[in-house]
Amino acid sequence: MGILDSKVPAGPLADKWTNHKNHIELVNPANKRNIDIIVVGTGLAGGSAAATLAELGYNVKTFCYQDSPRRAHSIAAQGGVNAAKNYQGDGDSVYRLFYDTVKGGDYRSREANVYRLAQVSTNIIDQCVAQGVPFAREYGGLLDNRSFGGVLVSRTFYAKGQTGQQLLLGAYAAMNRQIQRGKIKSYTRHEMLDMVLVDGKARGIIARDLVTGEIERHSAHAVVLATGGYGNLFFLSTYCMGANVMAAWRAHRRGAFFANPCFTQIHPTCIPVSGDHQSKLTLMSESLRNDGRIWVPKRLDDAKAIREGKLKPIQLKEEDRDYYLERRYPAFGNLVPRDVASRAAKERCDAGFGVNKTGEAVYLDFAAAIYRYGKEEALTHGMKGADDKEIIKLGKQVIENKYGNLFQMYEKIVDENPYETPMMIYPAVHYTMGGLWVDYNLQTTIPGCYAAGEANFSDHGANRLGASALMQGLADGYFVLPYTIGDYLSQDIRTGAISTDSPEFDAAEADTRARLEKLMSGKGLHSVDYYHKKLGKIMWNKCGMSRNAKELQEAIDEIAELRADFWENVRVPGTAVSKNQELEKAGRVADFLELGELFAKDALTRNESCGGHFRDEYQTPEGEALRDDENFKFVSAWEYKGEPKEAVLHKENLVYENIELKTRSYK
Amino acid sequence: MKLHLKIWRQKDANSKGQMVDYPLNGIEKDMSFLEMLDVLNEQLINNGEEPIEFDHDCREGICGTCSLMINGRAHGPDTRITACQLHMRSFSDGDTIVIEPWRAKAFPVIKDLIVDRSAFDRIQQAGGYISVNTSGNPVDANAIPIEKDMADKAFNAATCIGCGACVAACKNASAMLFTSAKVSQFALLPQGRVEATERVQSMVRQMDIEGFGNCTNTGACEVECPKGISLENIARMNREYLSATVQG
Repeated sequence: MGILDSKVPAGPLADKWTNHKNHIELVNPANKRNIDIIVVGTGLAGGSAAATLAELGYNVKTFCYQDSPRRAHSIAAQGGVNAAKNYQGDGDSVYRLFYDTVKGGDYRSREANVYRLAQVSTNIIDQCVAQGVPFAREYGGLLDNRSFGGVLVSRTFYAKGQTGQQLLLGAYAAMNRQIQRGKIKSYTRHEMLDMVLVDGKARGIIARDLVTGEIERHSAHAVVLATGGYGNLFFLSTYCMGANVMAAWRAHRRGAFFANPCFTQIHPTCIPVSGDHQSKLTLMSESLRNDGRIWVPKRLDDAKAIREGKLKPIQLKEEDRDYYLERRYPAFGNLVPRDVASRAAKERCDAGFGVNKTGEAVYLDFAAAIYRYGKEEALTHGMKGADDKEIIKLGKQVIENKYGNLFQMYEKIVDENPYETPMMIYPAVHYTMGGLWVDYNLQTTIPGCYAAGEANFSDHGANRLGASALMQGLADGYFVLPYTIGDYLSQDIRTGAISTDSPEFDAAEADTRARLEKLMSGKGLHSVDYYHKKLGKIMWNKCGMSRNAKELQEAIDEIAELRADFWENVRVPGTAVSKNQELEKAGRVADFLELGELFAKDALTRNESCGGHFRDEYQTPEGEALRDDENFKFVSAWEYKGEPKEAVLHKENLVYENIELKTRSYK
Repeated sequence: MKLHLKIWRQKDANSKGQMVDYPLNGIEKDMSFLEMLDVLNEQLINNGEEPIEFDHDCREGICGTCSLMINGRAHGPDTRITACQLHMRSFSDGDTIVIEPWRAKAFPVIKDLIVDRSAFDRIQQAGGYISVNTSGNPVDANAIPIEKDMADKAFNAATCIGCGACVAACKNASAMLFTSAKVSQFALLPQGRVEATERVQSMVRQMDIEGFGNCTNTGACEVECPKGISLENIARMNREYLSATVQG
C-alpha cells in the first residue's frame, strides 16, 4: 500500500457506501454556517457540488474562467447519462452497471468506487427529473433509454443530442437557487493560479480576475477542484478551447499526487481534421453507433478512387464494403467500447483504406437504419404497400428526431448532407481518465483538497464507457462529496475564519506574480499557439492511440526541450494588469508542457496495454491489447519533485474481491 | 480568399472604441469563422500588435459563449448556427466583413468584441429553477408520467444557450425570448407549476431592472436565434405573467 491509503471501507461491496455514510462524522447546521468551501470549476461535478454544499449550509465560493457557470464544457456532452434503473426490463442492475464499468475500464479502477457510482446512478435520474431536466420520453409519458458502447442493455437516459446541456442547466439552476439565497458567491471570469496550504492543509487559492488582471486571495476550510480533464494537451481535441489543467497541476505542485496521466480516451467518432488551420475537433455522439454502421472499402483501389473523388461511397456495392467492427467483433459489432473502435479505425486507415483526402477517415453510414426505421414507421402507420421512396422519407424523419442536431452540426462543418451520404469520422482526443489521485472520500493527498468529476482519476480505469462521464460528475457532486467532505470538516468547527493575511498567502501570491512576470518577459519569438501546436503534434504522434518505448522516450526529451524554449522565447503581448487572453493561454500551455512530459513518462513506465493505453510491444497476435495483471494491476500516482523527470511513482495496488479479472473480449 | 475586415476595437469598458480595418489573405473556405480570426490574431501577435479579443469556448455551438455581430447579423449570415459554427464558405473572395460586439445597454463592452452578459445570470437567479433539494431523496423519476408533446416543448425551450443573440438582434434590445424560454420550460412541466406565478414575476422584474428593452413583436430574435427558440414562448410568458398579475 505504501503511503497511499484508499480508505475503502471494510464490509461487503454492496454495503460499503451505506455503512460508511452511517458512520462518518456530521457537522451541526449551526457550525456549517461558519465553514467556507471553495469550488473551482462549475461543470456537472463542480456545479452540483457547490449547489449541494450550499444547500447543506456551508458558505460556498465558486470560480470559473467562463463568463457564466452555465458554459462549462459539460454542456457539450451529447449522448446521455447511464443509470441502473432497469426501466426497459432488459436485465439491468446495479451490479451489471458496476461490472460493465470495471470491465470497460480494463480492470484498472477501484471496485468500491465504481460500485458506489452504480448505486447512486439511479438517484441522479430522480434528482434531475425533479429539477425539471427534460429527458426524452416515450409516448406513454415515461422516460426513454438508448444503448451505448460496451454494454448489452439500454440504460442511457438522454435529451436528444444535448444531454450534457440539460444536466448542466439543471445543476446551474440549483446553483442559482443558492446564489439567490446568498449561500453561493459566484466568481466568473476568474482563474485559479495557485493553491494555498497552511499547516499542510488546503486553505485557499490565488485567483486572477481575468477582466481586470487583479490577483486575489480567497481562503476556505476546504477546496474542491472540479476542473475537468487535460485533453487539450494534444492541442486538437473535442474539449473546449479554454479547458486546461492549471488548477489540478498547481495542486499537484503543492503535493497532490497525479494518477494515471497516460490514460486518455480517444473517441472513435469525431469529424476528421480538415487542415492545418484546425483549432478544435467536433464529436459526433457515440449514440450514433446505435444506428450507424462503420465501414471502409474492401479493396485498396476503391479506397484510392474515393480519396481522389472518382468514386462516391454510395456507389460502392454492399459486398465491396468492409464493416470491420461487425467482422472483428460480432457480439458487440458497432457498439464495442471506444478504445477498441478507435484502434480498429486507425488500423484500417494505416493499412491504406482511409476515405478522405488525408486518408484518415472511415464511414459511419445510416442508410440501413433509415430503411429499417422507415419500414417500421410505414407499417405502424398502416401503409402496407409503401415504396422505397416513401420508406426512406419516413426513415429520415425518425433519424432526424433522434439525432437532428448532430446531423445539422455535421453538415455545417463538412458541407455534406449525412442523410444522403455516409458521415466521415476519425478518432480524436476526448476525455482523460487520469487525474488527481483521490481516496474513497474523493480527497487528494493534500488534506482538505478534494477532486471531483473528470479532474480526478477515480472511476473509469483505463477506458471510460459512453454516458459515464455525466454519471460520475453528478454522482461526485450531488451524492458523494457532500457527505465525505463533512467528515473532514467536522474537525474544523473550532478553527474559525481562515485569514488571507498570512505568510502562506503572501508566499503563494508572490510566486504567482513572479510566474506571470516571467511569462510576460519572454523574448518574443513565437506565439503561445506555436508552442501549443508543437506540443500537440508530439503528443498525438508519440503518445496517441498507440505508443512504444522508443517514441515515448523521444517525446520526453522533445517536450523538455520545447518547455525550455517556451519559457525563454514565448511572446505574450499586452500587460498582466488587464484582460489578456494570450496571457491566459500562456499560463495553461506552460502547465501542459510539464504534464505532457509526465504523461509520456507514465506511459513509458506502464509496460502493458490496457484500455486507452496501447503499447505496440504488448499485443496479442490478433492485435488486441495485452494486459499484464501480474505486474501492472495498480494505479500509478506521481509525486511532484520539481522537473517532471524527477517525479516519483507511488503504486496503489488494485484489489479485486468481487470481479474475476479476465481478458476483455467483445468478440 | 482575400478579405477586408472591419473590426471593433475597444481597450476596456471605460475607453472609447472604434472600427479598425484589417486586410487578410490566404483564408480557406473550410476554415471556421473563428479560425479565420485565429489566423488574423497570429499575424497581429507576430507583428507585435495586440490580438483581437473575442469570447469563444466550445466551438461547437452549444456553450453560447461566442457573440459576434457579423455584417449586422447576430452570429453572421447563416441561420440556426452560432458564430463558431459559421464557415468561410459562406463568404466570397474579396468580401468586406464587419465584425462588432453585441450592442445593448444591458451588455456593456468589456474589451474589443467581448461583452458582459451577467445580466442573464441574474435573471436566472431571480427564479429560473425549481426549489427542490439536491441532497434529498425525491420520488422515482417515472412516478410522474409527462405527456411526450409537453416534454418535447419543454425541451425545445430548454435548448436556449444563453448567447444573447436575441438581445443583439432586437431593435429594442429586449431579453424577452431568453427569459420566456426559461419561464416556458418550467411552466410546461408539472414539477415547475408549483412556483410558476412567483417565477414569472421575479424573472420579469429582474429583466426590467437590468435595462433590457420592451418587446414590440418584430420577431427578429426568433429569426436570429441559433437554436430556433420559438416566439410562442414569449406569448406563453405573457399569458403566465398576466395570470400571475390577476392572481396578485
